[in-house]
Amino acid sequence: MLTTRIIPVLLLRNRGLYKGIQFKNHTYVGDPINTVKIFNDKEVDEIVVLDIEATVKNKPIDFEYLEEVVSEAFMPIGYGGGIKTIEDAKRIFSIGVEKVILNTQAFKTPELVSELSKKFGAQSVVVSLDVKKTLLGSFVYIKNGTEKTSYKPLEAAKLMESFGAGEIIINDIDKDGTRTGYNLSYIQEISKSVKIPVIVCGGAATVEDFVKAKQAGAHACAAGAMFVYHGPHRAVLISYPKYEELRKSLGE
Amino acid sequence: MLVIINYNLGNLKSIQNMIRKIGFESKITNNIEEIRGATKLILPGVGAFDNGMHNLKELGLISVLEKEILENKKPILGICLGMQLLTKKSEEGTLSGLGFIDAETKLFKLENTYKIPHMGWNTAKPIKKSKLFSEMENQENRFYFVHSYYVDCSNTDDILTVTKYGTEFVSMFEHENIIGAQFHPEKSHKFGMQLLKNFLENY
Repeated sequence: MLTTRIIPVLLLRNRGLYKGIQFKNHTYVGDPINTVKIFNDKEVDEIVVLDIEATVKNKPIDFEYLEEVVSEAFMPIGYGGGIKTIEDAKRIFSIGVEKVILNTQAFKTPELVSELSKKFGAQSVVVSLDVKKTLLGSFVYIKNGTEKTSYKPLEAAKLMESFGAGEIIINDIDKDGTRTGYNLSYIQEISKSVKIPVIVCGGAATVEDFVKAKQAGAHACAAGAMFVYHGPHRAVLISYPKYEELRKSLGE
Repeated sequence: MLVIINYNLGNLKSIQNMIRKIGFESKITNNIEEIRGATKLILPGVGAFDNGMHNLKELGLISVLEKEILENKKPILGICLGMQLLTKKSEEGTLSGLGFIDAETKLFKLENTYKIPHMGWNTAKPIKKSKLFSEMENQENRFYFVHSYYVDCSNTDDILTVTKYGTEFVSMFEHENIIGAQFHPEKSHKFGMQLLKNFLENY
């Protein structure tokens, strides 16, 4: 049977692997290529690689380095960060990446989502909804969590589905890096309102969190800190649950 | 040398990366002479059926493929859309397929609880013996799938593996030198690597 995908999220900055808390205070974790090699051995389902500086610092996409990372990734890989044009996406696919992940540009020019979807197929276009609570409710943020949009998470998910996105990642800024469990309210609300797969991200600490997310409607579960840190003092240790453990816990 | 046929659709680089990791050379090309000189072929592909057939025709590759595969019996592995192009036709398009295997490509018709495309990891269970599954017989083999259409073989003898997704469908066929895989071995880490290694070494 088709299994629930469990996806490590790797944050890139200057060719290093970083991890922060609530999209801030990023600290160096290790070498991205080495980490990808470890994830191959651990038989991960898929990986997501996000360049956290490309858009904010208006840097060009580091295609050359991405190619090095991808050449060691023998699993499906999604890339996000600084994608502005069809040409960017085309080049990313030609390197060997399956999915492009859009955030800032999807909200600036949603037409890019539909063009990419038509040209490369919906399965290759993912939109990341970086969501954060405010006094007026939760909103979608862009530019790596630094700029608020007027979109509510559910409204944004429906909009991106209508533009042809093949998947949605709900990336919970408040929960990011905290390892305190997913906020399931987003996934409950969004997964029943769209037909496309919804990936939950932000806060996972244990396999039990994946089980809860699946029950809440998630089609895939992503995590960062859980797979790169060990223990309360955030000692760097690349890990991934065993296949048998995941299947048993998830009832698959 | 193994040739990965470049007909301007799909993820060629990932296949070459994995083959290099296994320790073999390969060439990505649509040059007819190089395809003639190949020892075995991979027909990759991501995209729509008619686009694929159209591109193969435009590049003048159909007759060379017919000769090398049907007459010279070179092993060919079609991956994803590449597998589907080896069939006679597809519900996705109006153009005829290569027709190297007695099969047709059909759209999944599943209950609403099953999302299309079938995307993610699933198991492929061999139902006959094959050198492709050397050293993989005693384990559950899982692979990464992304597809909305599946291959329906006319001859059950051609079916190599089946996979369950709402229904049971053909995830690999093998008929003499003609092999198709609906999943992406190049993105299925150790399972895909062993399968490609077997294709490279045993065929």
